[in-house]
Amino acid sequence: MKHRLFWPVAALVLLILINTVARSQFASITVRDGRFYGALIDILRNSAPLMLVSLGMTVVIATRGIDLSVGAVMAVSGAVALTIIDSSADANSLGTVMVAVVVAILAALLLGVWNGFLVSAIGIQPIVATLVLMLAGRGVALLITGGFITTVNSTPFSFISTGYLVLLPFAFFIWVAAVAAVGLIERRTALGVLTEAVGINPEASRLAGVRSRGIIWTAYAASGVLSGIAGIIYASNIRAADANAAGQFIELYAILAVVLGGTSLMGGKFSIAGTVVGVLIIQTLESSILFLGVSSAQSPVFFAAVVIIVVVIQSPPLHRFVRRLADSVRSRRLTEPTSDLEAAG
Amino acid sequence: MTILESAAPARRKMSDHYRVFMSRRASLLPTLAAVAILILLFIGAEIFLRGDFISPRNISALLLDNAFLVLLAVGMTFVIMTGGIDLSVGSVMAFTGIWLAKLLEAGTSLAIALPASLLAGALIGLLIGALVQYFEVQPFIASLAGLFLARGLAFVVSLASIKVENTAVLSLQTTRFRFGDWYITPTGILALVVVLIGGYVMHYTRFGRTTYAIGGNQQASLMGLKVSRTTVAVYVISGVCGGLAGLVLTAYSGAGYPRNGIGTELDVIAAVVIGGTLLTGGRGYMLGSMVGVFVYGTIKTIISFMGAEQSWTQIIIGVLLLVFIVVQRAIVARSDRRS
Repeated sequence: MKHRLFWPVAALVLLILINTVARSQFASITVRDGRFYGALIDILRNSAPLMLVSLGMTVVIATRGIDLSVGAVMAVSGAVALTIIDSSADANSLGTVMVAVVVAILAALLLGVWNGFLVSAIGIQPIVATLVLMLAGRGVALLITGGFITTVNSTPFSFISTGYLVLLPFAFFIWVAAVAAVGLIERRTALGVLTEAVGINPEASRLAGVRSRGIIWTAYAASGVLSGIAGIIYASNIRAADANAAGQFIELYAILAVVLGGTSLMGGKFSIAGTVVGVLIIQTLESSILFLGVSSAQSPVFFAAVVIIVVVIQSPPLHRFVRRLADSVRSRRLTEPTSDLEAAG
Repeated sequence: MTILESAAPARRKMSDHYRVFMSRRASLLPTLAAVAILILLFIGAEIFLRGDFISPRNISALLLDNAFLVLLAVGMTFVIMTGGIDLSVGSVMAFTGIWLAKLLEAGTSLAIALPASLLAGALIGLLIGALVQYFEVQPFIASLAGLFLARGLAFVVSLASIKVENTAVLSLQTTRFRFGDWYITPTGILALVVVLIGGYVMHYTRFGRTTYAIGGNQQASLMGLKVSRTTVAVYVISGVCGGLAGLVLTAYSGAGYPRNGIGTELDVIAAVVIGGTLLTGGRGYMLGSMVGVFVYGTIKTIISFMGAEQSWTQIIIGVLLLVFIVVQRAIVARSDRRS
């Protein structure tokens, strides 16, 4: 009960149980041609873009910031990758795809560094600073693709999202690797502790000799890179660079995943495992909503309800109210025996 | 000697005026800059693009095409003034618009359908305001929930667009009061009236001063101001403005469409900031927000006249937003140093 991952994990298990009861084929996994298939495998595969974006968002939120530009960065990286592949002579060559992916990630890194510059060097509020790129980024992506939806047929590029590597989807391995990398860097070095220090009290940590500027800058750069990879996976999945649809609303889902995982939006202590669980909850919920026959366009209503419930549960006034209630119950229990004695006497 | 003596104080007076103006009205500078940009855009387009850019027709169309943005900007200015933000406005506009269209299609009279759609906007605003004030949720997150809710509800009402046949709604757009080459539609009049009411409330009433005070300092309640009531009210106002914008956009496009206004919240925030309202709250002008919308609309018109990609609009607005934010930061830093 006390462990902070208790509630998120409980919610995820409950969701999976409800789904399994409602439709028996949900939990079943079939093996065909040496590959796993099934609803659970789909969830693992489809959660890759949101997982990567949410990972970056977790680190940024830990520094008391927020990155609204993730969706726009996804659009730019997808546009860069597909434009390179589209303009090359052989779209199926592995080398071309590698170059495209690397250049796209570098472009995303550049955008992340720009966000970090505005926040840490100029000192603009994170919401406002990343709003600039959120607004202009999609415009840049549209310019790169020339206003069209660039489509390509490239086997190596499609492999990124639809390919399999030993039984499981390749996209699944990408996000596992990203989670492991971020987890190792944050938790096996002092960086995680320093990040939390910056988030809890920027001024105090600066006075204590923490280089908060560099840490904040790195967080936004990391968020940019992870969003860039997410953009490549998204583009690979639809085999197109759609500057308007790529990563639409993903910043909202990523923030929701981070909050669901128990990381406070006020910065400070963060949980990468919590974010992983949060993303899986969102993907499972999405899958259940689709199963109920609700159009995916209508699913935001459910997520709105989830957001409202979660923020109300987390809200300080509710905690104060519950504590007061608990105190009054406890004090009544303490006074009751004496009144019993009085009645007996 | 006497000439010099009399001349020196006069010169000092000029610089004094300037200094007094700068210290008292420094917050007016961004708005004046926005007006200057608007004028420069018009003159530049007139000279370099085509000779008939500054024409009654073109300026009249500016108000017609951007009436819904002006309405949203009025609500957003109130919210931003308190130091909050409302991301739900575009979705609320889509939801109220499609609901209005659905009710009219079902044969409901406009006298019932219009209040119903405005009420829907107000209720979403109330929800956001209550989350912000009573549950201490960050405005950004609370209005995010509002965005999701309204967008989802718009699709619940209808997945496809609904054509509006109601003549009263359509006449809001098609009626043109002409003054020579100038014209104005009822939607334009509605937008201007709402701006005037909004400006009056913001600058000349106790409610308006309370919004300034909340944005300037969260401890405003110590001065006996009704902080919680006002905080909730600004989000309700923004919701109602979203409802009005839904009506205007429905009249403008002749249909309700659940995908309307995706990303409009960003355009509105950009317009309000360009118009001189400080994103951290406490400083700004209602008329400035309208100027901000016109800057946005003019850039859009120029881009389409040039035949360039519309995506340039987003990029230019993004750059303008950045410049204004940096300038505002400099102004705030300076006035903070002074105090």
